[in-house]
Amino acid sequence: MNALISLSVLGIVAMLSEIFNFKKFLYSLILLGLVAAIGVNVMEWGQFQLWYGMMIVDEFTLAFSGVILLTGFLWFLLVADNHQDKAHISDHFAISLFAMAGAIVMVSYNNLSMLFLGIEIVSISMYIMASTQKNDLGSNEAGFKYFLMGAFATGFILFGTALLYGATATFDIQKIGVFVTEHNSELPAIFYAGLILIMVGMAFKISAVPFHWWAPDVYTGSPTLITAFMATIVKTAAFAAFLRLFITCFSGVELFWNQTIMIMAGATILLGNITALLQNDFKRILAFSSVAHAGYMLLAVLAMNNQSGGSLLFYLLAYSISSLSAFAVLLAVANLKGNTNVQSFKGLAKKNPFLAFVVIVAMLSLAGIPPTAGFFAKYYIFTAAIANNYVGLTLVAITGSIVSIFYYFRIVIVMFEGDESTEVTVGSNTKALLVICSVLVILLGLMPDFLIGLLK
Amino acid sequence: MNQVLTAAPLSHYVLLSSILFSIGVLGVLFRRNAIIIFMCIELMLNAVNLLLAAFSVHHSDPSGQVFVFFIMAVAAAEVAVGLAILIMIYRNTGSINIETLSNIRH
Repeated sequence: MNALISLSVLGIVAMLSEIFNFKKFLYSLILLGLVAAIGVNVMEWGQFQLWYGMMIVDEFTLAFSGVILLTGFLWFLLVADNHQDKAHISDHFAISLFAMAGAIVMVSYNNLSMLFLGIEIVSISMYIMASTQKNDLGSNEAGFKYFLMGAFATGFILFGTALLYGATATFDIQKIGVFVTEHNSELPAIFYAGLILIMVGMAFKISAVPFHWWAPDVYTGSPTLITAFMATIVKTAAFAAFLRLFITCFSGVELFWNQTIMIMAGATILLGNITALLQNDFKRILAFSSVAHAGYMLLAVLAMNNQSGGSLLFYLLAYSISSLSAFAVLLAVANLKGNTNVQSFKGLAKKNPFLAFVVIVAMLSLAGIPPTAGFFAKYYIFTAAIANNYVGLTLVAITGSIVSIFYYFRIVIVMFEGDESTEVTVGSNTKALLVICSVLVILLGLMPDFLIGLLK
Repeated sequence: MNQVLTAAPLSHYVLLSSILFSIGVLGVLFRRNAIIIFMCIELMLNAVNLLLAAFSVHHSDPSGQVFVFFIMAVAAAEVAVGLAILIMIYRNTGSINIETLSNIRH
């Protein structure tokens, strides 16, 4: 909760910097503020608070808020080198901070109205961020598509919420969960209709097949900096919200929805990975890989046991930091070469061994190869799924991750081809980000027990 | 007021808002004019509002009506952003037909 308050205050400070003319210090102020927010979040660990039944502060909330804050801090390190629009810097910073505040609302809701508000705070901020490059038609298109998809999905979630309210007479997710277990055999039809509609709406938000078509276009069209934000922070929030909703409300009617989610997860993994194979643009490869990773994470939701929270947390953190370092290198290369094509990575290893090393670590982690974080992330998610008898789906997921090795390693191979003589320069903040991400990826791969033990 | 709302059975409200919602969904999927798509999204949200108000009266529970206010406020903010994006697109392409927006896929 304190993290939410500090993020909102930081956002307001960012807006005030325009009036009181301290834009010069704003960036360092935000970095300090985010470190402070991580600090207060850690201090709150172990507490349990219920805010008027609307928001809940428990270990789940604090762990996922921690992932969001850490990713947000690392993302802001990336901003220093890559933010071109200096005139609107305070607005952009304020919007991204508010998006993070919304993400924290999404992981700590205890009432469907707060889920709705959280989703909307994140989404409206992201519509603006996606279309910040006013003269670039791709950015316009991405913003518009994101808006249409987001509003459409919100409509589904809301109609589902209204039907659940009709069936249960409450918006409190814990009371809905109690209602479901008490009336397990005699739930009205509108309850099931509401469940399906909410599931469809949330599947849109996490970009699961067959509701994924918007994601590659939006991720490709948006400015790369914003794509990094969407693929990490927004995804973390959406998955945490999805897991909390299904564990709290719908675990009593698991048999009703697990087949659907199972098919969705399998299709997402296969389609995401196979389509990523066919792409030539690194940004688009990352977009499809983000779709594929959504499929793996659905396995954690399906597992529905005490390992779900921990394994999803681990997966999201591993995926977020690996993606962020990949996006950071992509931004540095794209700034120099002017495009995000895979071929623009040609010869990177010769002149920039450090960047090449970072890319190799990130790709190993995304492909799930030891000793990186991505391996244990997949390992925990697969064991959680197998513990709940999803052996077939786990085999599909393993096949998918074998396919993914091909396109992740394509980048690595391209980096060692040819010998172009241009050196890619990165600023000190980006360098810090790359070092932190790579160290974290390897550290989590070597000592995974600490993080996985947080949520039991 | 309460008698007026309870004069029709609850199932009629559910049916009406389902129809309104479906019209909205079909409009979003099949219309090509961006403004009309916005109107259809509003129709979807207002179907939800109607349903929430009906259930709220049925359960004699005010929280449903409070949710309606949330939806109204957020929908206004959302459409404000959406229209701003649309104006930007109109300036760049001179059209609000969504067929013109398919450049990303290459």
